[in-house]
Amino acid sequence: MDMKVSKKKLGLKEKYQHMTRGLGWETTYQSMDEVFPYAKYEGIKIHDWEKWEDPFRLTMDAYWKYQAEKERKLYAIIDAYAQNNGHLSVTDARYINAVKLFLNGISPLEYMAHRGFAHAGRQFPGVGPRVACLMQSLDEIRHAQTQIHSLSNYNKYYNGFHEYRHMLERVWYLSVPRSFFDDAYTAGPFEFMVAIGFSFEYVLTNLLFVPFVSGAAYNGDMGTMTFGFSAQSDEARHMTLGLEVIKFILEQDPDNLPIVQQWIDKWTWRGYRVLTLVGMMMDYMLPKRIMSWKEAWEVYFEENGGALFKDLARYGIRPPKWLDQIEQDKDHISHQAWGTFYNYAAACNFHTWIPTDDELDWLSQKYPNSFDKYYRPRLEFWREEAKKGNRFYNKTLPMLCQTCQIPMIFTEPGDPTQICYREVDYKDNKYHFCSDGCKEIFEHEPEKYIQAWLPVHQIYQGNCFNEGVDPTAEGFDPLAAVLDYYHLNFGRDNLDFEGSEDQRNFEAWRGMATKNT
Amino acid sequence: MGVAAIKEYAFEPADRLENFHGNQLLYIGWDQHLLFCAPFCLPLPPAMRFGDIIDKVLPGVFGYHPDFAKIDWSKVVWLKSGQPWQADFNKSLAELGLKHKDVLRFRTPGLDGIKGSAS
Repeated sequence: MDMKVSKKKLGLKEKYQHMTRGLGWETTYQSMDEVFPYAKYEGIKIHDWEKWEDPFRLTMDAYWKYQAEKERKLYAIIDAYAQNNGHLSVTDARYINAVKLFLNGISPLEYMAHRGFAHAGRQFPGVGPRVACLMQSLDEIRHAQTQIHSLSNYNKYYNGFHEYRHMLERVWYLSVPRSFFDDAYTAGPFEFMVAIGFSFEYVLTNLLFVPFVSGAAYNGDMGTMTFGFSAQSDEARHMTLGLEVIKFILEQDPDNLPIVQQWIDKWTWRGYRVLTLVGMMMDYMLPKRIMSWKEAWEVYFEENGGALFKDLARYGIRPPKWLDQIEQDKDHISHQAWGTFYNYAAACNFHTWIPTDDELDWLSQKYPNSFDKYYRPRLEFWREEAKKGNRFYNKTLPMLCQTCQIPMIFTEPGDPTQICYREVDYKDNKYHFCSDGCKEIFEHEPEKYIQAWLPVHQIYQGNCFNEGVDPTAEGFDPLAAVLDYYHLNFGRDNLDFEGSEDQRNFEAWRGMATKNT
Repeated sequence: MGVAAIKEYAFEPADRLENFHGNQLLYIGWDQHLLFCAPFCLPLPPAMRFGDIIDKVLPGVFGYHPDFAKIDWSKVVWLKSGQPWQADFNKSLAELGLKHKDVLRFRTPGLDGIKGSAS
């Protein structure tokens, strides 16, 4: 006989309350200030942590359940993709270079995000944000791992994937994404949340993930597409958290507004600079284009971001600084960036090329104000010279911006013929910048940025050679020594796509998969 | 406030002169010739004659450009930190007052890049 038991189950909301906030306490053996030493130095004033509204009321049991389900689906597809030689169904082997850029430049940032959110969570005295940060921290390490797993399949067949961890801390262009995240990670917990949680995850993330994930879908790369989709519901949560952080901080004390505004200005600009790499990828590296960088910026920033900042106006927040410059730059930065990688393709872990005639025409059509006037002549000249056996490899190291660490490739707002130079004298030294944005970020915290590890200066200081290498020895070849230090294989990982091992292998393998000879 | 930090935070800059083994850094850019994607960074001894930079260093740096051979160096317009600057080929960097991490730009009127595109 069944016994009737009056089962009292907790509702989701109550369960959440007990399992998260109910687990915190005010410390007494040590003061709260000692236990949470990073909570006040940034100047942010929080009066009542209980006012934190949780954007997603997840407890760990629910979290594991959702994530486990997503992992199962993801790995089933990744396995199928690998077993069916899915890599041979991408549009063109040039596409694989976009994947290299992602693994080398983006995936390690997921791991850094994991560390950053774990750190922020540890440092917040309030239980609500601590739990939210914990879960985002777990999401981020999941993203790092799923990306590494998915892309490891490419590493079996193609060059340039083999040492992404090692290269992140060494290769010149990777100092751009790396220093971006190091800057955020070494800030206090509140700035980190505004930098990554809000400015990056909320304001700019669509400009990172949509291009790569749609790019993968358009170009037959189901592996990359699938980890993108698997991360999507996490991203939705992250965006909600990012917005909640801003609202919570601003509602706590009016003194917080100028601090938060400065962070939004800084981190929108820094994020935008990193996105130069994405713009270049969209306009030059996808054989089947999705949309131009300019169009993506208009949809995902100008329209969506515009609405967001209208919404935030009631807190006193204004749109980020320097948007007028960004508006003018959208016709230029992707072309300037691809030109840069074409210049320094010998020191790069992916291949470059000159677009085909069709692609040049696509660029003319998408960039009627700039492409034919400024960039087509450059690309056509390079192509002609390469045909004559005089391919341009720039062998002299460039001047870098002290803040974003990108070579000084950007032009003056309003004058695409003139490189933009800015400089500051600080304590008997000169510092140079690519823009007003980067200059102002430096001026706000010069002691932080005078420490920057600028790859070019580090090479000239002799810090980028392997141990035992003697730069004063006769016949010393600095480029070869630096590439050794990068673990970059000359002639395989670098130089032009045309004539590369990747190109030859892809052709041969696709031939075996589709023909009988 | 030089930096937001929990305690005193003061370190030497990473790129001070002493770290460059007797050289100083000189940045040099050729305006309206953006085939070279960015200005260059060169480590040079302070005692180096400026004319030697023009004759011995710059050909390896800018020589790829078809305009380079056409430059009339007596007509080149120099800028240092964006301000007009007088070059003297017979003086050294130190004598010319060029310090570590100074930036020079030069303009070559009449030469405006590949097909006039500032490339």
